[in-house]
Amino acid sequence: MLAYVIQRVAQSALVLLVVGLVAFSMFRFVGDPIDNMLGQERTQADIDRLRVVLGLDQPFVVQYYKFLESAVQGNFGVSYRQGRPVSEILMERAPATLELAAVSGFLAISLGIALGVFTAIRRNGFAANAIMSVSLIGVSLPTFLIGILLIYLFSVELGWLPSFGRGETVKIGGWSTGFLTESGLKALILPSITLGLYQMTLIMRLVRSEMLEVLRQDYIRFARARGLKERAVNFHHALKNTLVPVITVTGLQLGSIIAFAIITETVFQWPGVGLLFINAIQFVDIPVMAAYLMLISVMFVGINLIVDLLYFAIDPRLRADRTGGH
Amino acid sequence: MADTSLPEVPVKDPSRLQLALQSDFFYQFKRSPVAVVSFVVVSILILSAIFAPLIAPHDPFDPSSLNLMNGFSAPMTPNAFTGETFWLGTDDQGRDVFSTILYGMRISLFVGAAAVAFAMVLGITLGLLAGYVGGWTETIIMRVADVQLTFPAILVAMLIFGIAKGVTPVEYRDQMAIWVLIIAIGLSDWVQFARVVRGATLVEKNKEYVQAARLIGRTSPAIMLRHILPNVLSPVLVIATISLALAIIAEATLSFLGVGAPPTQPSLGTLIRIGQGFLFSGEWWILLFPAVTLLTLALGVNLLGDWLRDALNPRLR
Repeated sequence: MLAYVIQRVAQSALVLLVVGLVAFSMFRFVGDPIDNMLGQERTQADIDRLRVVLGLDQPFVVQYYKFLESAVQGNFGVSYRQGRPVSEILMERAPATLELAAVSGFLAISLGIALGVFTAIRRNGFAANAIMSVSLIGVSLPTFLIGILLIYLFSVELGWLPSFGRGETVKIGGWSTGFLTESGLKALILPSITLGLYQMTLIMRLVRSEMLEVLRQDYIRFARARGLKERAVNFHHALKNTLVPVITVTGLQLGSIIAFAIITETVFQWPGVGLLFINAIQFVDIPVMAAYLMLISVMFVGINLIVDLLYFAIDPRLRADRTGGH
Repeated sequence: MADTSLPEVPVKDPSRLQLALQSDFFYQFKRSPVAVVSFVVVSILILSAIFAPLIAPHDPFDPSSLNLMNGFSAPMTPNAFTGETFWLGTDDQGRDVFSTILYGMRISLFVGAAAVAFAMVLGITLGLLAGYVGGWTETIIMRVADVQLTFPAILVAMLIFGIAKGVTPVEYRDQMAIWVLIIAIGLSDWVQFARVVRGATLVEKNKEYVQAARLIGRTSPAIMLRHILPNVLSPVLVIATISLALAIIAEATLSFLGVGAPPTQPSLGTLIRIGQGFLFSGEWWILLFPAVTLLTLALGVNLLGDWLRDALNPRLR
């Protein structure tokens, strides 16, 4: 067990080091930072001085180490475009993305599980079949088209909901929240549906197929034979046993929600980290791109590590395999 | 003594076309209405993209053929100023939407197909190497694949696009954008191919024909390419079809976000991005028709891929 944990942690650390190297090389090879920082009227002396100050005269490995050191401390340099520290901009944008991701994640999980159970129990019913067909279309519609469709329907035609922005936000400490105002909540509805829809269909299909699998097992038949109520069998016996794979996939999907937030945020001009990243790509704002790359990698690698370790802890069969096999 | 043998009747070998028409594969195809319909639809779209310069009533890239007075003509209604009628209307600059869709589809399909081809070559090569050579080569290739799989493909493509954009000098960025896009989408998609090819190679390499080839002294590259590769191709074909649908959508998404095809070479995604700007002012046709084309294309290719997967998998028959 311990060996496996150490191996997985070491692997994750290695991945992060490589990602760090990519982010660092972006700084090194994409444009000269000296050019970016000094104006037209510079002398060779200025250039040399700044080169020493920035540590650019030192060997590659030393520079890389220093880059990692400051990145770990949350210092990613100054945005080329906005002239402010990247960490400051990120902190300012993070609440918007996290709130959006939280609401869509909640929608995806609750509706996904509910619909999955429903379609599994009423396998041949009309409603269940209709939901399955609609979900097929939902999977093949690209996210941005879903967003546009919702905007057209609810903002342009019906005029019920805002089509862009976060509405009014309230500042609590350093965190600006849209949960406390009416316009903030209204503004959340369309983006979170757009973002959560794909994940919802995914969870729904997974729960459905797992449920169908479990409902065929002997212990379910036995529970029915004991005269337990249908409800108790479905929810107590069946649903519980489908949850392990569902939790794994949901965990892994958390990262995707943040990544796909880039698309949703662009469609709805939602002032979050994803929109920041897209603008950074358009304007080749390297410090912001590098910081986003590092952050998202830490998140993905972290989620994967946790899910793997949890899986290992939950499922005893995996443990037996590992220790027996090697 | 009389010759008792029958007169020789020349028997023609069945031609390749006849063989194909009699094949099991074609029989399966005929029996599936979904496959036939999506094949026809996709073929029409691909052909009209290829022959866009012949079909399109206007050349959207030729400024001299544009008349600003034609701007914002609604579909099928004569323009108030010039009296010209456009099937699918025009955009703000008087460009015929039907023509821009044909040309846009050309770019979308080209980028999608080229990206899949690139991913396929890369994935097959690495998959064959990993499966046949094994050892360290395999460990490194499959580790990289595992790591890449943890990131969503669209994010990987965005990052590669961003980095490449930073590396290319400003004056070449628009020209290079299409190629960068192809490489970015291709690199984000090779893992599927590598995994499948490696898995199939592991099975094939222990079969007798491979051992025989080795015994007669064929080199490893020859064995991999001439003996193993043809036997692992059918799952690759399925993945390639489904990847094409994904690549088309990925390209559209990137272009929609403004990090893909440049405005000088608008793909379907770019057209949708442009159309979104007119959503509120009521010019719905600028957005709707490119979006419907994109959906039809992606859905058609997807359904075709689904059918192919079932048809080539003998276990499902």
